[in-house]
Amino acid sequence: MSVRISTIFAAFCLLSPAAFAQDAPSDPQIAHIAYTAGVIDIEAANLAVKMSKNEDVVAFAKDMLRDHEAVNKQALDLVAKLKVTPEDNATSQSLTQAAAKERDALAKLDGAAFDKAYVENEIAYHKQVNGALETLLIPSAQNAELKDLLQTGLKLFQGHQQHAEHVATMLE
Amino acid sequence: MPMIMRTAMLGGVAMMLASLPAQAATMKVVIDKLVFTPAEISLAVGDTIEWVNRDVMEHTATVEGGFDVRIPAKKSASIVVKEAGTLDYYCRYHPNMRGRIVARAK
Repeated sequence: MSVRISTIFAAFCLLSPAAFAQDAPSDPQIAHIAYTAGVIDIEAANLAVKMSKNEDVVAFAKDMLRDHEAVNKQALDLVAKLKVTPEDNATSQSLTQAAAKERDALAKLDGAAFDKAYVENEIAYHKQVNGALETLLIPSAQNAELKDLLQTGLKLFQGHQQHAEHVATMLE
Repeated sequence: MPMIMRTAMLGGVAMMLASLPAQAATMKVVIDKLVFTPAEISLAVGDTIEWVNRDVMEHTATVEGGFDVRIPAKKSASIVVKEAGTLDYYCRYHPNMRGRIVARAK
């Protein structure tokens, strides 16, 4: 199992319902976590566009860039409208740290090994984010518009997971 | 009204309808929050399908081995239905988005 899968998993464990049983994340924290999750995927995609020579992988990475940039802009517009300031928190920080480690590990690979690791991590990462959205972030969100955006985000991430699974079959 | 008269009038209406030229229609499918609505549309060959994308991200309406229509964010795109039959389509970028077209012969 790659560094990213295990460390991202560990980061999301901070988000487990048990950990937040008495202290669910606030809307400003949820907004920060969701935005951070998008930024992480944008950074991974930037690396893939730079490193990969595989047409399908580069096309997929560019799709990730386009979608996550668009949705993060939508998220910023929403928090500005709601006058919510996203609040940094332990979950966002550990997600960012885990992702940085994973990017370092990916950057040491090249060719088919890079492509395979990047796409596998995309599948695992989107799966983890979907789990966190479904079990914690969406149920915890108080503001209806934030909840709605997170629900759209869940459908988007589920779509990306399926897209990544399809790209993985093309690499076999 | 005597039955025969009523029948004659209905017959007349039916004849008028039959004599109208078949007009090609446009059916709209709205894409909002990664959902095609309506998910299934029925139309005739020669009709147009217009996808209206309200999302901030680009989508496609893609048939395996068939058409592949790009629908940019906040834009629309359309195609004219060429053949009768049932076509399942999806979005290449978000394969969890699915729709169906049921096209009848003209």
